[in-house]
This record gives sequence, C-alpha cells and structure tokens, in this order.
Amino acid sequence: MAFRPQTTLLCWLSLLLALCLQVMPLPDVWLIWRPQWLGLMLVYWCIVSPQSVGVVHGFAFGLALDVLQGAPLGHNALVLSLTAFMGVLLYQRIRAYSLLQQAFLVIVVLGIAQLVDQWLRSIFGAGPVDLSFLLSAVIGGALWPWLYTLLQMLRRRLTA
Amino acid sequence: MGGSAIKPLFTRGPVPGYRMLLCAVLSFALMFAEDRFSWMVDVRASMATLVSPVQWVVSLPTEGLSWGALVFADQQELADENRALREQLLNLSSRVQRMASLSTENARLRKLLNAGQRSDVPYITSQLLTLDADPFSHRMVVDRGEQDGVRIGLPVLDAYGLVGQVISTSAYNSRVLMISDASHAVPVEVNRNGLRFIAQGSGKIDQVNVLHVPDTADIRVGDLLVTSGLALRFPRGLPVARVTEVYHDPGKPFARVSAEPVAQLERSRNFLIQMPPEIDAANLYVGDSLDELPRDNIAAPKDAEATSAEAATEAQAAADAAGENN
Repeated sequence: MAFRPQTTLLCWLSLLLALCLQVMPLPDVWLIWRPQWLGLMLVYWCIVSPQSVGVVHGFAFGLALDVLQGAPLGHNALVLSLTAFMGVLLYQRIRAYSLLQQAFLVIVVLGIAQLVDQWLRSIFGAGPVDLSFLLSAVIGGALWPWLYTLLQMLRRRLTA
Repeated sequence: MGGSAIKPLFTRGPVPGYRMLLCAVLSFALMFAEDRFSWMVDVRASMATLVSPVQWVVSLPTEGLSWGALVFADQQELADENRALREQLLNLSSRVQRMASLSTENARLRKLLNAGQRSDVPYITSQLLTLDADPFSHRMVVDRGEQDGVRIGLPVLDAYGLVGQVISTSAYNSRVLMISDASHAVPVEVNRNGLRFIAQGSGKIDQVNVLHVPDTADIRVGDLLVTSGLALRFPRGLPVARVTEVYHDPGKPFARVSAEPVAQLERSRNFLIQMPPEIDAANLYVGDSLDELPRDNIAAPKDAEATSAEAATEAQAAADAAGENN
C-alpha cells in the first residue's frame, strides 16, 4: 500500500518530531527516563506500512541522531535500522495483537535495540553497563498504546 | 477464505534482510572510518551543519523559558540582581587594578629570570546551545563554530574554571567534552606545591578522579588543582578542581583522590573559548615549568598507565629513600 501525500507528510513530520524529542535537552537525572522516541515512531510506521518505511529510514534518522548527539557515526544508525528491521519483520504479528500485547512486544524490540546500543558503547568506549538502560524501553512500551491510538487517529483523519 | 474479493490476511511484505545487512555494513564502515581517517572530521562537520536547524529548534523551548523568566521576573528581583552585579563589578575592577600592577611586576621579574613572556590569551564568548542527550557522557554544544575560528582541541572555560575542550566543530556550533566525562583526562598540578597529576573524569558531573597519587604525596582536601600545561593542549594555570577526598588504602599502591570541578558544569550557560596564542606553544607552556620543581615530585607523566605507575612508584621509592636519609 503506497502512501498518499498527506500520509507521507505526516510520516516525515512525526519522525522529525521524534528526532527533536530524542535530542531535547533534559536535566541529567531525567536522561535515563527518556523513551526511545525515534524507535517508537519507526516501529509504528514500519507496522503501518512496511512497504514504504523500513530499514533505510532507520539508518538515515540514526545518522542524523549520531551527528546531533556526537556519537560515533553509524552507532545510532545501526541501532535504529535494527529497530526498523525488527518492526518490518514483526509487522504482521503486531497488527494482529491487542494494544497491550503490542506494548509488550514493543518493549522487547526496544530493549533489544538498547542492548545492542550498550554493546556498541562498551566496544567503542568505556561505558558502565547496568540494566538501567532498559528503563527507556519500558517507558517506550508504556507510551505505545497512546502513541499508537493518536497516530492511527491522525492518519485516519488525514486520509478520510 | 482465499476468494479474490477478500483482502488476504497476510499481505506479502518486502524482504528487509538485504537492506538490513547493507545498513549494518555501512554503519560499521562509518564507525571504522571515523576511528581511522581524519577526513571524516570534515564529513561530520558538514553533516552537523545540515542538522543544525534541528539543534536550533530543540534549543527553542529553553530559550523561551529563559525569555519568559526575564519577562515575568518582578522588578524587585531584577533590581536585586542588578545590585549584586554592580557589587561584583566593583569588586572585580578593584582586583583588575591590582592585577595590572602585579602583571607588570611579574613581567619584569620574568625578564630578570630570562623566562619566556606570558601574554594575554585571546578568547571568544559562547553560549550553551544544548547538552548532549546521552545519559552516559558529558558533552554539550555551544553556539560558536568554525566561522568564529573555533578549532578542535581549544579549551573552554566558564567564570569559575576549566569546563572542557572542543572535540568537534561545524560551521556554526561546536561540541565540547566536559572534564567530568569518563573519557576526558587533563594534566593538573596542585596549586599549593606544584605536584603534577592526571585528573580523569568520573562520569559523575560533580567529580573527577586524580590518578596515580603516591601515598606519600603532599595532597590534601581543599587543594586547588590547576592545569599544568604539560599536554600542550590547555594553557598553564587554569583552575580545574578542588580536592574533596584523599583516601589512603593500605592495600593499594596509590591513594584514592577525588576532586570537585570548580567550573559549574551543570549551571553555566556562558563560556569562554580560549583561542590559540600566537607565541610558539613549546616556549609558552613547558619551557618555564619543568625546572622549577624537584624531580621527585613528578608523579604521573601523561602516558600509558603502566609507565605512569612505574614513574610514580619510582617517585615513591625516591621519597622513601629521602625519608631514610633524614
């Protein structure tokens, strides 16, 4: 299913918004609580339309995130393309699930992405690895039902 | 099921495997290239210029908040702040007056000693744009870039002390690694007696660790650590941190010393970026410092850990020997 122009616009705007939210300055203590906005948004669009949004989107936005965050180039690109990849792999399953089940699966997907992120960190520089990085995945999962409903509504209204 | 009128339950999607492989290979290639090739700095800088609108957008809410705070601040508050600033100005200008005579005297004395001249270091001011949104590192983006003459490696200060150094630049802004980042180390000396050490970031915003301190070293709580200038990156004498804890563990070869950065890493919004001085760096930074102190005090050269450990144990042995002789 190809996108209508409005939906394409919504897709890009929402991904850009997610990128902004991802790099929005926060107090140091709250940083660990920041959900993976870009990951969430990518998973959503991969589920809605795996034909038009996929791994390459993840790569491009990941690269932008790398530059914005000052991470090694390719770090977030890899993590986010992996997230999108999982989204595209699982889209049939996720579509069939209820919102709650979807949320749990999203936690798993984001958690795996975070795990890879931590591996890359420990390969490319000293970073303390503890389990607190999974918090953002859990919060992402908790946000999923709202995000999903909101975006579905927006999309329907735009295409109606 | 299966009739052509009914939408199939499982539509056939694209096969993302190859794309994933391609992206993974590309990512690793990028990471590798950035580690190895210096031209990647330029690539990164141009990409950073591309995404700088996002950075600007992201900094808008904070700017709006501070603007709002300014607009809605009551007059009493502003008057108080104004008075405080006036007092500070008076205070500082009286100190500057003393500085002027002291610095001419210093220049005269240095001439007598045949030591190299120290000149005023040029600087530009800059403002905080964003803090890096990465909970595992301490970096920030400031609003000056290559257009303003910022280069990689320049030291960044706030009103109180050393904040960090520039690690990447784009046309209009640059990224600063703070001294509290776990991957940052700065050669320091104790202001009181000139003992030289390395201060490494701890990953906590209010702490740096002083590495390889021999148990016998004369370092106390409250000592001010200033840059020693030995890395040829920071000029000498910038305040870095104040020692908060010295712990002697009998089972360990070195004392554990932690210090608190004097710069307000969490609070400052205005920074100075020091420009490279025109005078030959080797002359300015090192020439006058090495022969002022007895050799025993050199504890940790900026080198691999092993060598600094050896040097420190040597220093310790020398100190022990000196103690026995007395």
